[in-house]
Amino acid sequence: MSTETWRREELLIAVLARLLDGVEHVAVGASSPIPGAAALLARALSKGATRVSVLGSRRHNPFTEGGRELFDCAAQGRIGAFFLGGGEIDGEANINLVGMGDYPRLDVRFPGSFGSAYLYMLVPRVILFREEHSRRVFVPRVNFISAPGTSEPGVYRPGGPHALVTGLAKFDFDRARRRFALASVHPGHDAAEVAAETGFDYDSPAAVPATEPPPPEWLELLRGRIAGELAETYPKFASAVFGKAAA
Amino acid sequence: MTATQFVDLEQLAGQLPDGAFIALPPDYSNVPMALTHALMRRPVRDLRLLCVPTSGIQADLLIGAGCVASVECAAISMGEQGPAPRFTAAVVAGRLKLVDSTCPAIHAALQAAEKGLPFMPLRGILGSDILRHRPDWKVMDNPFADTPDPIVLLPAIRPDVAVFHARWADRQGNVWIGRRRELMTMAHAARRSLVTVEAIFDGDLLAEDELAAGTIPGIYVDAVALAPRGAWPMGLADLYAPDVAHLAAYAKQARTDEGFRAYLAANHLEPSLVD
Repeated sequence: MSTETWRREELLIAVLARLLDGVEHVAVGASSPIPGAAALLARALSKGATRVSVLGSRRHNPFTEGGRELFDCAAQGRIGAFFLGGGEIDGEANINLVGMGDYPRLDVRFPGSFGSAYLYMLVPRVILFREEHSRRVFVPRVNFISAPGTSEPGVYRPGGPHALVTGLAKFDFDRARRRFALASVHPGHDAAEVAAETGFDYDSPAAVPATEPPPPEWLELLRGRIAGELAETYPKFASAVFGKAAA
Repeated sequence: MTATQFVDLEQLAGQLPDGAFIALPPDYSNVPMALTHALMRRPVRDLRLLCVPTSGIQADLLIGAGCVASVECAAISMGEQGPAPRFTAAVVAGRLKLVDSTCPAIHAALQAAEKGLPFMPLRGILGSDILRHRPDWKVMDNPFADTPDPIVLLPAIRPDVAVFHARWADRQGNVWIGRRRELMTMAHAARRSLVTVEAIFDGDLLAEDELAAGTIPGIYVDAVALAPRGAWPMGLADLYAPDVAHLAAYAKQARTDEGFRAYLAANHLEPSLVD
């Protein structure tokens, strides 16, 4: 594929990578190929200034103290950015990774909360990422709060939501106002489509900019070095998107 | 304390009592699949699973085969292959007693157990519905702070048995796990550890620092069985990768009860007919 055109996944990786600018240590959790690629791209672009810890990777994960080290690191302020998703996400940035229905009697079960209830509170720049942009995902109020978007005064909380990236758009989050604001809409989509597919209220500027596409040199990096690095942990994704096997 | 026993795989599976509270490693860390298969053939019953802190096909198989009474976990998922099908079906059907947790809470509660402490405080979690549904977790104010500072307290978790796979055990029962130190915490916290290994190490794993630093001393290891490729279809670092095609086929096939039964039959995982 030429660097004049890009795949949807490549655009999303670029949007997430821009959000990691200046972060010293970014960690990536389970089932996160696009955030993983973004972290590896940000590291490559930083020329070594950004460190990366990809859960499940051997080559791109420095931890030697077992599964707990990521969490201990986060509580000490040693992790600058992390990604979280959600089966449901609401307008106050509460996320639900548990299921839909009247807990514990659920109609739909998701895998579970993983480390979200902790990392959302402690990592300064948490980037919410969910590719599916629909009213099924972006709801007025989540069924179950795996991790709250905001906390009452007096609760120890150096961390929280910074931005939300979806298959259609990018939003910023204002923690004081507990509200998202539409920041840009991806090429091929428009603000009306975003509004139609979002089940919660958010702020929207009169003119919404288009999301900046990935520059050609980022695409070259992604399709070469980054695809190879990612294939170790996400072979299915790397093969489907980049046609790349593990290096 | 007695010396580590060396037994065969079926004997190792036989040492796990029905109803035991057992700690399982996560998918990236030495999953004892051959032992799991032996437990299903036995079949074991009423296990109470503690996923440290998550699980995949290992928990899914045990749940689907009717070996499980309850599960405490931060998540059960097949990662890139999608949802864990039998776990998901059992929860929606209301057949599984499930205690939702979060990864660092499971790690921290095991650390309390390995220190012999009654509880461990942990940051975060406040405001999560997980906490609302955990009557066993408490919130208190940090006694060292000048202003109110609520913090969550978790009771120690002491599993009956930790099970995991490893590359080597030596003849003294020392087990090499490399950097997979959640297995060390599991072995410290659990009353007993039952371990499968790729091979017996002909020498002393504690003799040189290079290997000793990644070795669980035999004092924590009750029994060891040989199980070459004993993590399959999961992988074992540096030796073999996960069998992605097999895992993908399972994730798809086990979406239905019939598909799951067919998988068990094809892989010889049904309860053994001979006693």
